[in-house]
Parts: sequence; structure tokens; C-alpha cells
Amino acid sequence: MESVARSQSAADPGASASNDKTLIYRQSRWTRLTHWLWAISLFFMLLSGLQIFNARPQLYIGKQSGFDYNNTIFAIGAENSDAGPRGYTEIFGKRFNTTGVLGWSGPAGQETSRAFPSWATIPSYYDLGTARVIHFFFAWILTTTLIVWLVASIVNGHIRRDLAPRLDDLKRLPQDIVDHAKLKFHHTREYNTLQKMAYGGVLFVLLPLMIITGLAMSPSMNSVLPFLNDLLGGRQTARTIHFTVMVLLVAFFVVHILMILAAGPINELRSIITGWYRTDPPAQNDNTAERSA
Amino acid sequence: MAKFEISRRKFLTAAGLGASGIMLSGCDAFDSQLSVGSGLRSFLENANGLTYRAQRLLAGRGALAPEFTEADIRQPQRPNGVTAPDDDVYKGLLANNFADWRLEVTGLVEKPLSLSREQLQNMPSRTQITRHDCVEGWSCIAKWTGTPLSLVLDQAVVKPQARYVMFHCLDTIDRSLSGDIKYYGTIDLIDARHPQTILAYGLNGKPLPVENGAPLRVRVERQLGYKMPKYLYKIELVDGFADVGGGRGGYWEDNGYDWYGGI
Repeated sequence: MESVARSQSAADPGASASNDKTLIYRQSRWTRLTHWLWAISLFFMLLSGLQIFNARPQLYIGKQSGFDYNNTIFAIGAENSDAGPRGYTEIFGKRFNTTGVLGWSGPAGQETSRAFPSWATIPSYYDLGTARVIHFFFAWILTTTLIVWLVASIVNGHIRRDLAPRLDDLKRLPQDIVDHAKLKFHHTREYNTLQKMAYGGVLFVLLPLMIITGLAMSPSMNSVLPFLNDLLGGRQTARTIHFTVMVLLVAFFVVHILMILAAGPINELRSIITGWYRTDPPAQNDNTAERSA
Repeated sequence: MAKFEISRRKFLTAAGLGASGIMLSGCDAFDSQLSVGSGLRSFLENANGLTYRAQRLLAGRGALAPEFTEADIRQPQRPNGVTAPDDDVYKGLLANNFADWRLEVTGLVEKPLSLSREQLQNMPSRTQITRHDCVEGWSCIAKWTGTPLSLVLDQAVVKPQARYVMFHCLDTIDRSLSGDIKYYGTIDLIDARHPQTILAYGLNGKPLPVENGAPLRVRVERQLGYKMPKYLYKIELVDGFADVGGGRGGYWEDNGYDWYGGI
């Protein structure tokens, strides 16, 4: 209840509830709630998804899987070598030794042939049925959350105010890249250009693409939307895109966490948990345009 | 008041950090909650019921699975599960080229049937080039020829209280302390009466090979491969399946797969 009152008073950044002008209400409760629902859903979907992948650790291009011909572009497996069994990962026909992580892993002396290691899958043992139960449960949560976020963020102006790219963003981009590379962060109410690109890319490109390619793999959905696989290049291509988007989302997660650690984890976490964010104090002889860069 | 605010924020921050700690600590943390029949797993399984209702709503009774062209048949149909039944009854029938084999249609029907292969093949047939999607993730396109299941059901006259079609198979898929487990499965009457649901006896223009389920297997084109039992000998109309096998409606379902395999 209290946060409702504060969120309204904080709609005007100048009228902060406390006298502290650098503490601003940055993230609405919709943004915070959906952020954590996504975090939980994506965690379970990733680990159950890797388990599902382990059932058939190959990716193909086209409508079907080539058994009598080769349309495999990615594979994880195990093979025998002079030094004993080893795990490999094959990308576009090029084979890499990934023993211990991909293909052949487990406690010393008890290694088994499995694509992704047991620490990266739910359940930790091989169980395709259970992984599917978990995956589809959180698929509903993730999709519902995305729709809720979209509606809330249109209504409360989050998309228009914080995410929509502006001409200014383009101008700021070179400086923004330099600042990020130097780990020089500006704590302002607005997202910087790279943040807009990253969040916008995840919310408007990667997550929708994940849902679409997921639906394209469902034989029942294929009867409802038969054109979907034609657009995507076939069911097995859809599966390959689904996997690729997963890799991109994991890459986003890693960068996201690194940026939070570099920008000040307590302040960043506080804003996505409580909504309140500590901005940089206004510099004495600094103009505003520079500050919000 | 302000003091309380700060401590609450600190608490939430700490809770958030703690939760991410749990997430990073190995994934056997959830194992004990996920066995078939456990409370958490049963709760998560509700999503499958939601998927079933949503997809039935969207696809209805008649939406057809995509069909392909001869050019898309690029390889033999990949077999899966049991590919050479070791059962004496099956081997006996195979030795005689299934001349003594019959398909029984029993249960909640007005007129139980016993059909030979010739009788089935003399009924109107349907040929379709469709994509077989295995639950494991692979796909294979092949041409299937068979008798629409709806014609067989019409001939047997299904009683109104029937809700599912149960397929009984000749192959032993598993062994347990209480004896051999034969493959079995169930589908609802919507899929059973779907125009592409056929009792297939032909594959890619030839008689159905043993590895793909000879003499007869079912094709349920809007679901995954585990919903299409092979080596059929009996079709039973039932109003439920709680008292059969593990009570979940099929061999793989008893081992943790969802009953609805449309996704």
C-alpha cells in the first residue's frame, strides 16, 4: 500500500518522498514483477530445455532430420579416442574437444555420455518427460508475463518513455559504447542507448521469437498455423532457431549480470526489487545534457 | 517510518541475492520434488491440461496437420521404440505373414469387430505424406496409407459413454516384477475421429515393415510419435484409463510423459 502512495508521488521526479533528491522511483511495480517472473521462468526453461536437447543433441536445417543425408549443423556427442572416451561438440562440421563439459561429463571415474552436464539440467539425471512438464509450465508463465508486461508498459508509458529509441540515442551511441568499454556508468533515470537496444532486443525480438519457434515445434499448432514452419524454414530449422535464441538469451544474461556488478549491484538490485534507484548527484559545473548521456 | 523503509529494502535485496545463490547451486536441488506422483510435479502437470484445452480450442476437430510432397520423402521412415518384437505370439503371426492376425475392436461398442488385414485393406483408404515428430526432437517425413479410424469406429458403433480409444499392442516394451509390459496408449475421440487418423498398413508405397509396426500402427498426425502405437491387435473403447497400467493412459505416460502429446 505504502509503495502505491510513493509511486504516485514519485511520478514527478522532483517530488521525492524523502529530501534525498538523488533517490528516484525508477521501476514500476509491473516492471519489477514481470522482471522476476521472467528471471524465474527463464531459469527453469533453460535448464529443462537443455535436458530436452539432451534427448536429441543434434540441430538440423530443414523440415526434417537427415538420417540418410546430412543436414546437421550442430551436434554434441561422445566418441572413443586413444586416451579413452571424450566429449565433442561439432559446429558446421568442425569438431572441438569438450570433454568434461559437453558430451562426456560427470564425477571423476563416473563420467557418462550426455550432451549438457548434469549440473546444467533439470532434473540432474536424464528425464525427458519431467523436463517437458517443467518447460511447458514455465512457457505459459513466460508468455503470460510477456503479454501482461506489454499491456502494462503501453498503459503506464514504460515502452514510450524508457524503451522507444530516439534520434538522440543514435547520436549518443558511439560515446555510450566508449563509456561501457571503460566501465564508466552514469546513473540516471533514463536507459542509455545500449540498454535500450539490449532490453528492447530481448523483449521485442528474442522472447517473441522463442515463443514462435516453440509453437512451430508443436505438431498440433502446425495444424492451426501451417504457414509458421514454412516461414521459419521447416520444423527442424525452427528448433535450431529456438536453440540459437537460447544461446543469445544466455549471452544477454551474462552481460546483464556483469553490467549490474560493474554499475553497483546493491543500487541496481534495489531498483528492480523496490523500484528506488540512487542517481548520480548533480555535478557542480556540469550541464544536464552531459549528465544524461 | 523512513527507517523501516530502508530495512525493508535491505531485506529484499538480501532475499534477492539469497535466491540467486540457490539458483546457482547445482541442479539436483529439485530432483526429489520431480518424481511422477510428487506434489510439485503434479502441480506443474496442470499446464499440460491447459495446453490440451488451448490447442483443442484453436485446432478444433478438423484442422489438418501439414502434408508434404513426394519430393520431401528423402529417407526411410526412422523407426523408434521396439523395432523387432521378441514376443512368441508376434513372431508366430509374422511367420505366417499375418494371415492369422486380427484386429479386435471391443469395449464400449455396439458391434464388436474382428477384422483381418484383407478386410481392413478393402475398406476406403487414405494416403498422406506427413512429418513424424518424435518427442526427442527429430522429424522424418514419410507417406502413410491406411484405413481411417473413424470408419472402423462407425462400423463398430461407439457407445455414447466412450471417451477414449485404447490401443493394445503385441510388443513387449518393458519388463517389471509383475511381468512383461506390452505397449499401450490412448487418444481422445476427437483425435480418433480426425480425418488424418488412420490405421496404417502401408509406408512409402510398400507394406508396413516390421520395424515401423507391421501389420498395423496408428497415425495421429497432430501429436508426437509416442502417441502412435505400433503392432496393434486390439482397439478398445473406454470411458477412462485409471485402472490400466499405471493409470496415466499409456506406457510412456506411466513413465512420466504427458498424456497429451500435441506439443
